[in-house]
Amino acid sequence: MLMPRIIPCLDVKEGRTVKGVGFKNLRDAGDPVKLAQLYDKQGADELVFLDITATIEARDSMADIVYAVAGQVFIPLTVGGGVRSENDVQRLLSAGADKISINSAAIQNPKLISNAAKRFGAQCITLAIDAKKDSSNNESGFSVYSHGGTRHSGRDAVAWAKEVQERGAGEILVTSMDCDGKKNGFDLPLLAKIAQAVDIPIIASGGAGEMEHFKDVLKLPNITGALAASLFHYRQISIPQLKAYLQKQGINMRITEKIDDPSNR
Amino acid sequence: MGETVVIDYGSGNIRSVARALEAAGARKIYVGAEPKRLQKAERLVLPGVGALGSCLEKLRARQDLLETLEACVLEKGKPFLGICVGMQVIVEEGFEHGRQRALGWLKGSVRRLSPNSLATDKKSCLPVPHMGWNNLQQLQPHPLLEGVADGEPVYFVHSFSIHENSPSCAIAQAQYGGPTLAALAKDSIVGVQFHPEKSQRVGQKILANFLAWCP
Repeated sequence: MLMPRIIPCLDVKEGRTVKGVGFKNLRDAGDPVKLAQLYDKQGADELVFLDITATIEARDSMADIVYAVAGQVFIPLTVGGGVRSENDVQRLLSAGADKISINSAAIQNPKLISNAAKRFGAQCITLAIDAKKDSSNNESGFSVYSHGGTRHSGRDAVAWAKEVQERGAGEILVTSMDCDGKKNGFDLPLLAKIAQAVDIPIIASGGAGEMEHFKDVLKLPNITGALAASLFHYRQISIPQLKAYLQKQGINMRITEKIDDPSNR
Repeated sequence: MGETVVIDYGSGNIRSVARALEAAGARKIYVGAEPKRLQKAERLVLPGVGALGSCLEKLRARQDLLETLEACVLEKGKPFLGICVGMQVIVEEGFEHGRQRALGWLKGSVRRLSPNSLATDKKSCLPVPHMGWNNLQQLQPHPLLEGVADGEPVYFVHSFSIHENSPSCAIAQAQYGGPTLAALAKDSIVGVQFHPEKSQRVGQKILANFLAWCP
């Protein structure tokens, strides 16, 4: 039976892991390679690296960090941030990434999804959608933003999710800009709408603050992964503790470590 | 211990596989497609991601490589590990974007996963690709799975799987809306649908078992 994935996200800026509230006010949260090793040891099911400044500042993504992590951590790595072309995808896959997350560039050029999926396989294309409630949007009520959440794309979140599936994306990472960093829970209405519309796996992101929030979101159909960042970085919740809790709630989890290992606290 | 060749034919997470083999104890690893290296090698690993047809096309574009590979495995009986699409290419045929004739080393056909044939509503539907950790159910003992407890989770990511294989070759399966083939073995050939190079300690153990295997 498939086990839902608990996915720590390492937002990387200039070689350091950072996390802010609602994409602003970034704080330093540590060395990405060390964090990756810690999460691997704790039983993270997958890791996501996002170069959060790459699009805005047109910086290269972090192939070096990926290379360093991929040599030591043998769980799937998804890498994104500033991925603009098939060459960017190729470079990150060569560095050791398993999946590439594409966001802004796909909004500007949706063919990038189709071309990359055809060339590298759908399984390695994770389409990232940053969505926000939008009263002027009459379709689903949620619109897609690009460039680190700074630009209204004019696209409807649910329609875009369907389109990226059509174009061959292997999964969708949905981040709620309204909930991100607030720790009040995942955006269940947004996620339920997107999950209802597509047949590919969805990773929920934005808003986790308590263990119960993971339970709520993982009960939705098609949500096979839940992502969080600061919650794990600042050790408000540890992964072994979270997984043990979810297991008790009747959700089948991959349990690798005992909680009483002091290095996991 | 002789050399392990990770065959690089332009498909797949070659580096991940090589590094995971190294961590599992492989002393000498060659990543490449030079037929002479295959001839000298002790064992061979064929990774593969993406579409079956494009992997077959890339393999067949290197006829010298393919002929050497088949001679090494089918005639000399060198231990061979196919991973994901690297396992799918060795059965008879596939149905991903039309029908493809595959290498035909083992019986079987590659078909799209259909985990929702019995689902009655959206709520009980499973997404495709089958992506994530799933329990590896062992069907029969094999050196590849030695020391791996039955039901240990391994990492899958695939939309197609092998059907109509000989039941005697199936050594492990996973449940995803019904059983799906997870590992097969015959003579010096083993194949895994999951990614041992991404399956943390369990994957490391399976790779170490392959490196120690003398069929």
